[in-house]
Amino acid sequence: MHKEFLMGNAAIARGAMAAGLNVISGYPGTPSTEVLETVAKNNDGSLYVEWSVNEKAALEVGAGAAYSGARCMVTMKQVGLNVASDPLMSLAYIGVKGGMVILVADDPGPISSQTEQDTRTFASYSKLPCFDPSSVQEAYDMIQTAFEYSEKYHTPVLFRPTTRVCHGYASIEVKDENECAKNKPEGFVRDPMKWVIFPRLSFKAHGDIEKRNSELSTVFSESGLNPTFSGSGRRGIATHGINFTYTKEALKALDVEVPLFKVGTPFPFPEEAAKAFLESVDEVLCIEELDPVIERGLIYVCGKYGLKTRIFGKQTGNIPTAGENTCTSVKRAVASFLGIFLPTEEKAEDVPPLPVRPPVLCAGCPHRASFFAVKQAMKGIKSVFCGDIGCYTLGNAMPLDMVDTCLCMGAGVNITQGIGRIDPDTKCFAFVGDSTFFASAITGVVNAVYNQADMTLVILDNSTTAMTGHQPHPGTGRTMMGQVVEKVNIEQVLRGVGVTTVETVDPLKLDEAVAVVKRVAEEKGVKAIIFKSPCAVLIKPEKPAVIDNDKCINCQKCKNLLGCPGLVLRDGKIAIEESLCTGCGLCAQVCPVNAIGGGKNAE
Amino acid sequence: MQNNILICGVGGQGIVLTSKLIAATAMAKDIPVMSAETIGMAQKGGSVFSFLRLGDDLYCPMFPEKTADLIIAFEPAEAVRMLPYLKEGGKVIVNTHPIVPVTVSLKGTAYNGTEMLEYLAKNVADLKTIDGEAACKLVGSPRALNMIMLGQSVRTGVLPFGIDDVEETMKKTVKPQFVEMNSIALRLDI
Repeated sequence: MHKEFLMGNAAIARGAMAAGLNVISGYPGTPSTEVLETVAKNNDGSLYVEWSVNEKAALEVGAGAAYSGARCMVTMKQVGLNVASDPLMSLAYIGVKGGMVILVADDPGPISSQTEQDTRTFASYSKLPCFDPSSVQEAYDMIQTAFEYSEKYHTPVLFRPTTRVCHGYASIEVKDENECAKNKPEGFVRDPMKWVIFPRLSFKAHGDIEKRNSELSTVFSESGLNPTFSGSGRRGIATHGINFTYTKEALKALDVEVPLFKVGTPFPFPEEAAKAFLESVDEVLCIEELDPVIERGLIYVCGKYGLKTRIFGKQTGNIPTAGENTCTSVKRAVASFLGIFLPTEEKAEDVPPLPVRPPVLCAGCPHRASFFAVKQAMKGIKSVFCGDIGCYTLGNAMPLDMVDTCLCMGAGVNITQGIGRIDPDTKCFAFVGDSTFFASAITGVVNAVYNQADMTLVILDNSTTAMTGHQPHPGTGRTMMGQVVEKVNIEQVLRGVGVTTVETVDPLKLDEAVAVVKRVAEEKGVKAIIFKSPCAVLIKPEKPAVIDNDKCINCQKCKNLLGCPGLVLRDGKIAIEESLCTGCGLCAQVCPVNAIGGGKNAE
Repeated sequence: MQNNILICGVGGQGIVLTSKLIAATAMAKDIPVMSAETIGMAQKGGSVFSFLRLGDDLYCPMFPEKTADLIIAFEPAEAVRMLPYLKEGGKVIVNTHPIVPVTVSLKGTAYNGTEMLEYLAKNVADLKTIDGEAACKLVGSPRALNMIMLGQSVRTGVLPFGIDDVEETMKKTVKPQFVEMNSIALRLDI
């Protein structure tokens, strides 16, 4: 053993490697992304690592590897599990041979997600065992335990940290190389009675799963994964994940010790451990984020065994039903539950109004140019702009204001078709990024072609998965392990499924881009524009733009039309923020008096 | 012994590296460390922070309000935003150079940091202001801000190590061509 300072996600990756990992697949998504990246970085060449095209593909690749005896991990964020849920629900019945851990990172807040769904709830729905670590060290240790259970019970298991565990850092004990397990997969052994799902097999598997889960509930109760901590009094606290650490800090600050129950395996719920805890107290406060899983579990146990213990939590208003808990909020909830007086926070007086800093498209981002070109071209024409998931969702902000809908990965392509059916006079646009296109928009395009929709597909091709930190994808021509491969060509894909008009244009050439949009939008049927320009973060910036103060009339159109962070006001005059400007030249093209030079246009 | 340190600013100012260097220096001295920081969408020009905890008996990488021994603020408004975390008698180091968000410059409202600095002066007994821009010019690099702020933080005496220790860590972390510039920045006496 030795000490290392690791991010939670890195600890999960290293723990999985210590458990003899052979294969890892996944799709990027905050807060899960660094798990796969850490494995890739530490791969000596003996592991197979891939960014899959989406979570469904990742899970199926993982399943095949696990059928063949490999220990594998599949990584995604919580909404990614929705995409992977089709194979997941069936795989729960089929089971695995090699250990298979599905890492699903939840995002209370939500900080960077569409939903506040709880993977613990998904675990009970899919009937799969679920592990919930509370700290970086525990994540490292628990992922190894998860592999053991998976292999012993021949079932995939879910491992669900939340953002603060994923992105927290700590100095932790990790195994030396010679302490790590090695696994040599046997290879796929043909057995249609085992690997081919049929109603007959599913009926039997269902019964087996219920029996196993009932047994696991007992095993988990005795396993040390769901510990109780003694304390004084008849009021106790049940908690989980990062909330356990908030609770420990709160108790320390309030200088009290109360009975504590920490649920590390929310499914199957450790009933016997819960019962023993409930019998030791009269009242329990459940401190949880997302769904009240422990709260409901305890109420169930009380009902089942006729216990009189009263359960408090989200359903009684002690803990907020939505959003993230914090050290401060948990301390208040604990104090209030225990009847400890805390002075009400006096609001700091006369705090000056703080500037809000919503995330914005970067200076030089080609998406800004793409949105602006469409906006210019469609000025005065009734249009709808369906957005999608990626950096370009930020195109909703003023002054661009170019995202009318955003639902989930790949949805915009189909939503715009639905709008067009009801509103045939509206010009329907769907914006989708290159990585999202491959992940889940292609079927939407096929749907549009097949059903004769009237819409313009706008592909924002910046040749990377920018939002989650620049992962490669099928269009980039390189894999996660750096292998150079044939690029999947978006234009050819579109033509292949029957889109006859596909125009590719550089959005930073504004006049050309506007002309293309006007021309393509006029056509009937399904047609596409590919705005191709690399992510500004990935290319060497040009020299910053320069404002000719003799020409500038300070109309501020550049700033007010584009909202680029590289354009700022200094003493009431428009100026270039040189530390941010990439010299993309877009502002020079909207300046009515040609006062902006430098950048790309400089010779 | 326990230290709660909060580093805050705007995405892209080098806050993550500052946090990593403090953590690595503490690790080298066998002091347990925990930290938590903003990652993801908020980094794109948004407010970012890093909670950093050094010492024994730590459970959580974050800490509650009113418990920070030191706030290292790379931007005046961000210092004010995070001020509720400062404990009574805690120290604040603040870079006086404001970063104006796009939303503010769009509305044409004035934000220039002055109000924030006045508020800090009134409400923080132990406040050190750093003219980051001027200091960067002294060092000769606009990218030196994080090392200047780190050097000043070590000078407060709150951290359980000295400049030599941090410099040692820095040398192991940054690219060789940046070592000299960073050393000058760390040791800048202002």
